[in-house]
Amino acid sequence: MSVPLIETKGLKKYFKTPKGELHAVDDVNLKIEKGNTLGVVGESGCGKSTLGRAILRLVEPTGGEVLYNGQNIINYNSKQMMEIRKDLQIIFQDPYASLNPRMTISEIIAEPMIVCKTVRNRKDMNDKVYKLMETVGLAERLINTYPHELDGGRRQRIGIARALALDPEFIVCDEPVSALDVSIQAQILNLLMDLQDERGLTYMFITHDLSVVKHISKDIAVMYLGQCVERTSSTDLFRNPMHPYTQALIKAIPAPHLRSKTQEDEIIKGEITSPINPKPGCRFAARCPKAGKACSETNVELREIESGHFVACTLYCEPGIR
Amino acid sequence: MSEKLVEIKDLNVVYKTDEATVYAVNGLNLTLNKGETLGLVGETGAGKTTTALSIMQLLPEKVGIINQGQIILDDIDITRATEADMRLIRGERVSMIFQDPMTSLNPILTVGEQISEVLELHRLEMSQDQKAKRVDEILELVGLSADRKHEYPHQFSGGMKQRVVIAMALACEPKLILADEPTTALDVTIQAQILKMMKELKTRLNTSMIFITHDLGVVAQICDRVAIMYAGEIIEIGTTEDIFEGEHHHPYTDGLFGSIPDMTKMTRRLSPIEGLMPDPTDPPKGCKFHPRCPHCMEICKTKNPQNNVFSTHTIKCHLFAN
Repeated sequence: MSVPLIETKGLKKYFKTPKGELHAVDDVNLKIEKGNTLGVVGESGCGKSTLGRAILRLVEPTGGEVLYNGQNIINYNSKQMMEIRKDLQIIFQDPYASLNPRMTISEIIAEPMIVCKTVRNRKDMNDKVYKLMETVGLAERLINTYPHELDGGRRQRIGIARALALDPEFIVCDEPVSALDVSIQAQILNLLMDLQDERGLTYMFITHDLSVVKHISKDIAVMYLGQCVERTSSTDLFRNPMHPYTQALIKAIPAPHLRSKTQEDEIIKGEITSPINPKPGCRFAARCPKAGKACSETNVELREIESGHFVACTLYCEPGIR
Repeated sequence: MSEKLVEIKDLNVVYKTDEATVYAVNGLNLTLNKGETLGLVGETGAGKTTTALSIMQLLPEKVGIINQGQIILDDIDITRATEADMRLIRGERVSMIFQDPMTSLNPILTVGEQISEVLELHRLEMSQDQKAKRVDEILELVGLSADRKHEYPHQFSGGMKQRVVIAMALACEPKLILADEPTTALDVTIQAQILKMMKELKTRLNTSMIFITHDLGVVAQICDRVAIMYAGEIIEIGTTEDIFEGEHHHPYTDGLFGSIPDMTKMTRRLSPIEGLMPDPTDPPKGCKFHPRCPHCMEICKTKNPQNNVFSTHTIKCHLFAN
């Protein structure tokens, strides 16, 4: 098997708070093959954004490894990091907050090229900016406008153009469409998929919306309170969700069909518990309808139940443990 | 035929600012029967919230102006009501649930105080004890323990806060509830809990509801009738069956459905609506959707279409003119 483009081994990020240690990302192991999309789903506070940032070292991980083409980038010094930052980019969630209001669009898109010194002269740079604007579907006349003059969809296109400016291999998309209206959301999703086909990009797509993630990703990782509870291919996850949390999450989506109206769904009770100094055992146990005694005692590890289908749940352990 | 509760006739609302006049609602007609839930669907800027604020007479003073039309609630024309009249109506007959539970509660009052404030205004005959009892009752009704009434909003999670807001809205058992995106800020599993609760409460108290949302999945779960809004007009209205399973639709409705990734099908590309919402300060002539419409004809550019009625289903489009 080839070396995956991005791999994390036991990645951890803890934040110190006055109340104790907040386990935002706790022992996450992921693999993303080149040209694929990994969707990361979970509710707010489950650590999905922190995971994305920890992989890019935008927040410094507390422990574990991030392998890029087999090289552990956690040990890289700032000069080496600068070199590979060209290949690892991010698109942020909020197109209103992630663009500098005092820079014009051309300045925003050109900034990464100036910082990383990838263009030789002003003419090269301008050509590149025009080309990028065309790629993401921004009209040429907008080149000297400021972000506040544009709507959310166009701003998100700027964010995408900026991420593409250095011809990256890997892009973390941190909820790129959740601030947008549905019709604009569909335009941006189509654009991201076209870019992937043309340039062979690899995405890590972070979202809370399962229908979006199903649409765009090949593999999906479901997170709950800093841990990855289930990981498998996109089709498999929806056909055969194994972890009780994944099952509940899929059931909770209001489907735009009438037949869903008649069926009375079971809804999981309670809310996400605190990630500060979590107790040992499965973190979902308090809300889980199938929780047994073993769930709150032992830590459950992610294990391969079927080929390519990883689940962290005592339900699928050997008999005797439960 | 069931009884009418609200009738909106030819409503026009503009926002006048120094720079421009924004045409937010343009000739809106709507009726709501007793005990019915109407979904008001549309994208940002379609005029959904403006419609709700007009019913509450909460448009920003001196900026938001109703310059034409009537809103009749129980034989009272709200557009002519004085502020003193409105104070008696708000909370008593009509109440509103706002989108963001984080900002719609007062941070320096306990939740018990905020709920009893509604009673102080409208239930003058109640003694302090009766009011306290009613607060306990209403908190239990929305699934919160009555012991928590002495806590402040910051001690509650997002879902819990939205329950408090709903409790405030229900305190006087109003005939009409305006719910403005009540679940948009919540996680899916919490959203499912809140929707289930709202559905149960509505049946129990027999209130009517206008449910504003941009999520067609939520609409399928909770509404009896659906109105689709675009650029300040209702372009299609019908029973939930008409909208979700009917044969003919307004091209914009088709576009909205095409933009949602379908969980049950495997499609590679979405079919979004091209282009953007029209500028509300300078709406296009004729049909407001014509610049984005794939079926645009010559007549669409000049003449505003009529409502074409098919029993319970109404579509405002030239395509269906006999």
